Amino acid sequence: MDSKNQPSKTVYAKTVKPPVIQIGPIGWIRKNLFSDWFNSVLTVITVIFLIKTVPPLVTWAFVDSLWFSTGAECHEAGGACWSVVTGNFRFIIFGFYPHDQHWRPFLAMILLAGLLFYSQNRDHWNKYLAYGWILGLFLMGLLMKGGILGLDTVESTQWGGLPLTLILSIFGLTAAYPMGVLLALGRQSRMPIIQSLCIVYIELIRGVPLISLLFMSSVVFPLFLPEGVSFNNILRAQVAIILFTAAYIAEVVRGGLQGMARGQYEAAESLGLNYVQTMRLVILPQALKIVIPPSVSILISAFKDTSLVVIIALYDLLKTTQSTLTNPEWMGFSAEAYIFVAMIYFTCCFFMSNYSRRLERELNRSNR
Amino acid sequence: MKFFRLFFVNLLLFVLVCGLATAGTLDDVKAKGFIQAGVNGDLFGFGKPDEKGVWRGLDVDTARAVAAAVFGDANKVKYTPLTAKTRFTALQSGEVDILTRNCTQTLTRDTALGLDFCQVNYYDGQGFLISKKLGVKSAKELDGATVCVLPGTTTELNVADYFRANNMKMKPVVIENTAELAKAFFAGRCDCLTSDASQLAGNRAVAPNPKDYIILPEIISKEPLAPAVRHGDNQWKDIVNYSILAMINAEELGVSSKNVDEMLKSNDPIIQRFLGVSPGNGEALGLDEKFAYNIIKQVGNYGEVFERNVGVNTPLGIERGLNALWTNGGLMYSPPFK
Repeated sequence: MDSKNQPSKTVYAKTVKPPVIQIGPIGWIRKNLFSDWFNSVLTVITVIFLIKTVPPLVTWAFVDSLWFSTGAECHEAGGACWSVVTGNFRFIIFGFYPHDQHWRPFLAMILLAGLLFYSQNRDHWNKYLAYGWILGLFLMGLLMKGGILGLDTVESTQWGGLPLTLILSIFGLTAAYPMGVLLALGRQSRMPIIQSLCIVYIELIRGVPLISLLFMSSVVFPLFLPEGVSFNNILRAQVAIILFTAAYIAEVVRGGLQGMARGQYEAAESLGLNYVQTMRLVILPQALKIVIPPSVSILISAFKDTSLVVIIALYDLLKTTQSTLTNPEWMGFSAEAYIFVAMIYFTCCFFMSNYSRRLERELNRSNR
Repeated sequence: MKFFRLFFVNLLLFVLVCGLATAGTLDDVKAKGFIQAGVNGDLFGFGKPDEKGVWRGLDVDTARAVAAAVFGDANKVKYTPLTAKTRFTALQSGEVDILTRNCTQTLTRDTALGLDFCQVNYYDGQGFLISKKLGVKSAKELDGATVCVLPGTTTELNVADYFRANNMKMKPVVIENTAELAKAFFAGRCDCLTSDASQLAGNRAVAPNPKDYIILPEIISKEPLAPAVRHGDNQWKDIVNYSILAMINAEELGVSSKNVDEMLKSNDPIIQRFLGVSPGNGEALGLDEKFAYNIIKQVGNYGEVFERNVGVNTPLGIERGLNALWTNGGLMYSPPFK
């Protein structure tokens, strides 16, 4: 039989591998790090820089470091003194809250984290969640303040550390947002008195730094009150933060309102919707969606701004840390303590910006 | 225009009248059941929370002594941490009843600011910390030195005055934060560090090698640190005054928190009067007859309070110096309790 009659075997072209220096890790390195002389120089400089800095940093932070020691031992040793954080951990986190009651703010923070985590998912957004939040906030207040159910009363002047930072930011942000939206609507209003009031308010608040507002609230304000009548210091700072943030939110939301096409207003009018309905059903849902990124960056900066209450001697997270550092035993270990605080701030801010990006994506998807 | 002027005058009058109407701090304090004390919050040894958040320090103990005198319970104090900027307003506005926040008594503060300073509870003064290596023995030899100093304080002004008065030149290195300032000094950024002597002692204690540094003998300023109350409330001022003086008097009489119960049985009429065994003092102040006993029992005498907070066995390691009893060459002197 002739081989030609045989069903022909499929013959594959012999695959030739590219030279080893063009693929795999070597190829990647050549392509990305040494593509021309400029990149090569940059790469070499970077590598030298990393070799010079990273090993000493690792040695400082992990090898020579002390984690659970006294301040005196830290002063002897050369490495990082993380003991300044571990040794004062509970004061840094909880401030003046009575030592044996620390489980209460801890539980309140867990509750808050749980609520935040559950609310992440937009499918869970319904009126039961709103009730859940109200109940949750009530429980948190109860845990912090006490007074009933056999819990000792803890005055708000004793609140401090991380719970105080969270209280100032969460209440600050949640109260400032609706207020900012109202101000933005007021500024767009056709009623001259409302409009000019809103403009004056926004420009006045945006024209002064937050520090001066905090000073006003804690130093000047009490002088106008009759003696003996005094508002809680935390409440005063909280109000200052809300007033300040609201003005910024208002301007961002105004940007969103102005970005809406005129046709949207006309369409709503032609459907016979009144002002409130137009805003609630047509304009605001779209406008607020546009301004998610700038509002989140305002919220993030407002969160970090809460640390300014240091100057009116409220013991937020940053202040408790600073206070720890004035103890002679721990003096000089500011780097370690501030790294720790920075990590907490970073975690919170990263969570916020990450979530805003996700929210943006989801809302855009439903739009298409 | 006229209306506005009238309005403001009235407002001012209203504020003044309000200030006068509630002159009785003692009654207010008794009514609310605790004393609100303004303290530093960041100064180790004087007013600062420990790692459990419990307030400790010489100034804190002063406030506790007043509470012991008024309520018989040293724990009936609430603390408001105040910054250098907010401290006087807090007292003027009635937010705190007593300011125990290492405030230097000066003429203008005592008069124009509307404060009344009480018995000094710590005599401080500004000094220099310097490395032994420089071989300097006196502040007079510091011509041309770089000086680390906190900006915006009386310290900064004092040191400039001192150098000018002695025809010397200096280069100030100013850093805002106390801890960072000390760090800069130990890193060699400046030749000497100037601050209140009590703080220099603390800085020296945490130096990498404390033996290499000395505090120069010159004290270039007077800093009598005293608690302050609102002007015009004489009874309250008397109470604060005699609460502090009771601690000093107790040390003078040899009464301490450990032996105060035995001292109650003492036959010495001076001690009997002091501890309220023979009555009179308490009534005169409008307090319980046992007020001095309560202070000594719960807080201690001045020597105990000093040693506990800033003395040689604390990280600050401060000698008594000016704060010793007058019998030991110091300035602590109490009038007789009778």
